Amino acid sequence: MTTMATKPHSEPSVYVYEAPLRLWHWMNALAIVVLCISGYFIGSPLPTMPGEASDHYLMGYIRFAHFAAAYIFAIGFLGRIYWAIVGNEHARQIFLPPILSSEFWDGVLHEAKWYLFLAKEPRKYTGHNPMAVIFMHLMMVWGTVFMILTGFALYGEGTGYDSWQYTMFSSWIIPLFGQSQDVHTFHHLVMWVIIVFAIMHIYVAIREDIMSRQSLISTMISGWRMFKDGRDVDDLH
Amino acid sequence: MTETFYDVMRRQGITRRSFLKFCSLTAAAMGLSPSYAGTIAKAMETKPRIPVLWLHGLECTCCSESFIRSAHPLAKDVILSMISLDYDDTIMAAAGHEAEAIVAETIEKYDGKFILACEGNPGLDEEKTGGMSCIIAGKPYTEQLRHAAKHAMAIISWGSCASWGCVQAAKPNPTGATPIHKVPDLGNAPIIKVPGCPPIAEVMTAVITYILTFERLPSLDRQGRPKMFYSQRIHDKCYRRPHFDAGQFVEKWDDEAARKGYCLYKMGCKGPTTYNACSTIRWNGGLSFPIQAGHPCIGCSEDGFWDKGSFYDRLSGIHQFGIESNADDVGIGAAAVIGGAIAAHTAVSALKRTQQKGDQES
Ligand code: HEM
Ligand code: SF4
Ligand code: SF4
Repeated sequence: MTTMATKPHSEPSVYVYEAPLRLWHWMNALAIVVLCISGYFIGSPLPTMPGEASDHYLMGYIRFAHFAAAYIFAIGFLGRIYWAIVGNEHARQIFLPPILSSEFWDGVLHEAKWYLFLAKEPRKYTGHNPMAVIFMHLMMVWGTVFMILTGFALYGEGTGYDSWQYTMFSSWIIPLFGQSQDVHTFHHLVMWVIIVFAIMHIYVAIREDIMSRQSLISTMISGWRMFKDGRDVDDLH
Repeated sequence: MTETFYDVMRRQGITRRSFLKFCSLTAAAMGLSPSYAGTIAKAMETKPRIPVLWLHGLECTCCSESFIRSAHPLAKDVILSMISLDYDDTIMAAAGHEAEAIVAETIEKYDGKFILACEGNPGLDEEKTGGMSCIIAGKPYTEQLRHAAKHAMAIISWGSCASWGCVQAAKPNPTGATPIHKVPDLGNAPIIKVPGCPPIAEVMTAVITYILTFERLPSLDRQGRPKMFYSQRIHDKCYRRPHFDAGQFVEKWDDEAARKGYCLYKMGCKGPTTYNACSTIRWNGGLSFPIQAGHPCIGCSEDGFWDKGSFYDRLSGIHQFGIESNADDVGIGAAAVIGGAIAAHTAVSALKRTQQKGDQES
């Protein structure tokens, strides 16, 4: 165990996020912003347009933006799964939270204490901290799956009976919810869940960038994790 | 001699010309090519009429009203002569013991060959009803239904009551009203759902005509509705759709946009979530349909449409979060709470940090 104090020192950085993963992160973020804005205006459209119907296509463009971003979001997710398989160990982290490990839950507890101002110091991680793993697993894996399933189920209603979207999604998802209206309602509600997550995610990323013992925001841009002290990392591996 | 539908119609005074017109209209409604009009006519002329037993459970009779009010006199006569012949307690001439005898006779004579048409549904909550709700001829409707269902060739669930439960099954569903396909102990007859409150008259006849002409049930979707009438939403074929795509909406009743016939989305139109044939076949002999009359679709052919909040709100009411809330209210509320919490957390974090820095320096 090295017990170096936080005196000036140099510390090797670790390359954690490979280029495809970083690209996915920022593309996905952009897609979600477009999806939320366009989705909101699908549910509550802008004030009515004057003049002839043939002069406008506002709802059409908003829906097009939603569907275009939806394809980027969905194909990006498939690409992300591929990268989780072929990429480095950090690419797998949010897909496989080690929920059977007591050390992991101890880490979650410590992180909770850190946020309740009960712990003096956060632990140091090369990858995500355990609390982040839980949230990202729930939102970026299951939240994404939910939005893709319900979104394509709604999309298949428009493309119709013979379309692959209808066969693969609408045909079983609409009956599962009962009818289309409830699919709309849950698709809409989970948007707000994602927005709440995004607000927390941004806050936490900035806060931890300042207050934790490693870099965060620059890591998702450059891929390199920088550490602020020379002590051991607390990752499980 | 076996009686055909054509015999019955002629006896009712329908001319051959009108009969042929009915056949081509029905072919068109089913989405078949015009040449099928002849196939339908031939089937109606030569095949023995399919007996139809029409039973009423908990319902409002709007399904029966729908087709006897059909503006098209021809359609009305045809429908009546097709469906009400054997037993329909609302519009048949027989009454009392005589009427009940017809039920028993039809079931016996046409065992496994008749269509059971169900309007309405049974209340199955034994605790609250004492098992004695909806009494017909001294017996609960449930018994009549079970008995007839076990001998039927097929069951047609007319309307949203029989298909989904409709208003009597809306929360809190005091009698335990249960749609036909969920009633236990009904035997194995296939069930065709023809939802709508009420369903369109032309759709009702077309379903029976199809069974007669092609000697098989129409192909059904996953929820058991005939694909030819329920595979598209009102929104997909709505004539106001160009206004939807352009972003031209009625904002409130009687505004300029309402007079111009803009899209009713913001007035709560459920067309985008409702599977029915109103925007193609329309109502009252193709005269109009609700949206054409300036009223949003309320989604009457969809499961649970009574329990989705106001008919005039696009977003469903979510009552778990208070009477008047919807997804946006809940979401904006949650985001505001999180925003506030984050602001507070930032303040405390900043404070702690300056404190710690102070500790380190001293
Ligand atoms: C982060 C992801 C997403 C968000 C936040 C989001 C948000 C929304 C919202 C708020 C609505 C309006 C719902 C209503 O009240 O009627 C909506 C509608 C819709 N979304 Fe999404 N969505 C997302 C992903 C997707 C995906 C992946 C698809 C797949 C194609 C999709 C397809 C649709 C469709 C087809 C509609 C209905 C459009 C209409 O009624 O005209 N969405 N979305
Ligand atoms: S009036 Fe209703 S069904 Fe017609 S385009 Fe508007 S939302 Fe769709
Ligand atoms: S327009 Fe909608 S509410 Fe009206 S009858 Fe048709 S499905 Fe029912």
